[in-house]
Amino acid sequence: MRWRYVFLFIYILFLMLPIYWLLNMSFKTTNEILGGFSAFPREFTLASYRTIFTDPTWYNTYINSITYVLINTVISVMVALPAAYAFSRYNFIGDKHLFFWLLSNRMAPPAVFVLPFVNLYSAVGLFDTPWAVALAHTLFNVPLAVWILEGFMSGVPKELDETAYVDGYSFPSFFVKIFIPTIAAGIGVAAFFCFMFSWVEMLLAKNLTSVAAKPIVAAMTKTASTSGYELGLLAAAGVLTLIPGAFVIYFVRNYIAKGFALGRV
Amino acid sequence: MSLELRNVTKRVGADTYIYETNLVLADGSLNVLLGPTLAGKTTLMQLMAGLEKPTTGEVWFRGKNVTGVPVQKRNVSMVYQQFINYPNFSVRENIAAPLRVARMNEAEIDRRVMQAAEILRLTPMLDRRPSQLSGGQQQRTAIARAIVKDSDIILFDEPLANLDYKLREELRDELPKLFAQRNCIVVYATTEPAEALLFGGNTATLHEGRITQFCPTARGYRRPKDIVSARVFSDPPINTHAAVKVNGELTLVDGPQWSLGDGARDVPDGNYTIAIRPHHVTMKPVAANSATIEGRVLITELSGSESVIHFKVGNETWVSQSHGIHPVEVGAQARLHVDTDQILYYGPSEELVG
Repeated sequence: MRWRYVFLFIYILFLMLPIYWLLNMSFKTTNEILGGFSAFPREFTLASYRTIFTDPTWYNTYINSITYVLINTVISVMVALPAAYAFSRYNFIGDKHLFFWLLSNRMAPPAVFVLPFVNLYSAVGLFDTPWAVALAHTLFNVPLAVWILEGFMSGVPKELDETAYVDGYSFPSFFVKIFIPTIAAGIGVAAFFCFMFSWVEMLLAKNLTSVAAKPIVAAMTKTASTSGYELGLLAAAGVLTLIPGAFVIYFVRNYIAKGFALGRV
Repeated sequence: MSLELRNVTKRVGADTYIYETNLVLADGSLNVLLGPTLAGKTTLMQLMAGLEKPTTGEVWFRGKNVTGVPVQKRNVSMVYQQFINYPNFSVRENIAAPLRVARMNEAEIDRRVMQAAEILRLTPMLDRRPSQLSGGQQQRTAIARAIVKDSDIILFDEPLANLDYKLREELRDELPKLFAQRNCIVVYATTEPAEALLFGGNTATLHEGRITQFCPTARGYRRPKDIVSARVFSDPPINTHAAVKVNGELTLVDGPQWSLGDGARDVPDGNYTIAIRPHHVTMKPVAANSATIEGRVLITELSGSESVIHFKVGNETWVSQSHGIHPVEVGAQARLHVDTDQILYYGPSEELVG
């Protein structure tokens, strides 16, 4: 009985260690970080955080990231809603193949798409804008959102649709007034997954931007800058990057398992 | 003035759900669609409502062809087997929904919702969400929504099937009263002959996408016009057996020979398939003209008030349904009594002769 808790404790310690170390580093000066091993900051400082919140080259990267993540989440969910409805309610030629093909998009390595995207977006003037990253991420997020939403929608009996038509609702007003509220949890979960994927994705985000739309994941991972090593600053940026995910997951915590099962529980 | 299906068929891909069907339902009538699962009851209702378009044929309502008219413009209501309510609306808003869509004025909506809630005893739950109600209350909410507008057609698709026994009994008694003073066409689908008999009105028996008989319920029950209708309209299943009738004597194939009383006087001699309902085959003789049949007992089901015994006669399985508890050993030879006046005689093409 006791052992169960011991193992659980060790496991949680193991999970939390890198997060603690990041937090630890973010409150140290770069000299202390480079100076040697210390389990807690000897000279506690908020200087790194102060820099991030005052220096536009830092806080703008957060704004850029949040901009393309929000654009991407909105586009992905808006596009996926009608698609998922079609897959859950209608039979059409090749529907099963198309549905599977959507998911197989997720199996392609993002690196494959870097070159065509860079070339394409440069040609149409989207390079180094939040739209470039937002649109590139829809390639992976729309299929995911379709799968998650389809699972939730298929859990709603089609008799609900019929009842609404019988009661006089037109399709658009049924969809907006009744169907969307009914699957609100599914929309929340789909939005969460789009948000998280877009927020943590680095390769496309880094390569499709240079200065004007530089995202936090790009800023955070440049180890050396003109002013030398700034490890405390990078650690503080890392801590701040964890916060939105923790915040968003709170709202969908009861449905998240269903989301990982793509809405099929 | 009525709802008419004219030569209607429904095919989906290679499957035929409804074979060519003609049906006339009169205004103010109560109609039961009786048939086993997959007989086509739901499809037929969807065609009547306008939720599905017939593959061929036409649907007419009060002298107008409404075949292509969408369900929103047909003024129908429907209640499903599953308890379908709008989960994001309160019970009050659920009931009010069809009236709101029709842009009725607020005072009238309120009056009607209260009236419907009163009838279905939902008044204390009006501000709850459907998910906070019991199954019976959820279904009553769905029924309230169906009766709150003055629909021309109200369709019930096995509304009581998912309810437990007690709630079912309760709603079963209430439902017919709801439509008593209305001038709408009520269609009620069920798999249970007992429900059809309770509702009265007319009954259409359905079998594999065809209406086998449509007539007043009591007549359909007493004199099913063919064996298929008789089977659909009998629970437990009706007994059938090949037999030969000669001079007031009936000989069952691999079975007993009975001398018939006056009941079958009008039936000419010949080969028949006879059919007799289980409750006319009893452990004790109850009728004036009674004959005996023997068979090996296969299964016995005892409920509080009756015994159902399945037994084998020749190649046929017979079912007997008797009042009271009659313990019988499985495998034993049983001797049962048949009311020969109740025998239905079906000719070579399975049509009712007498």
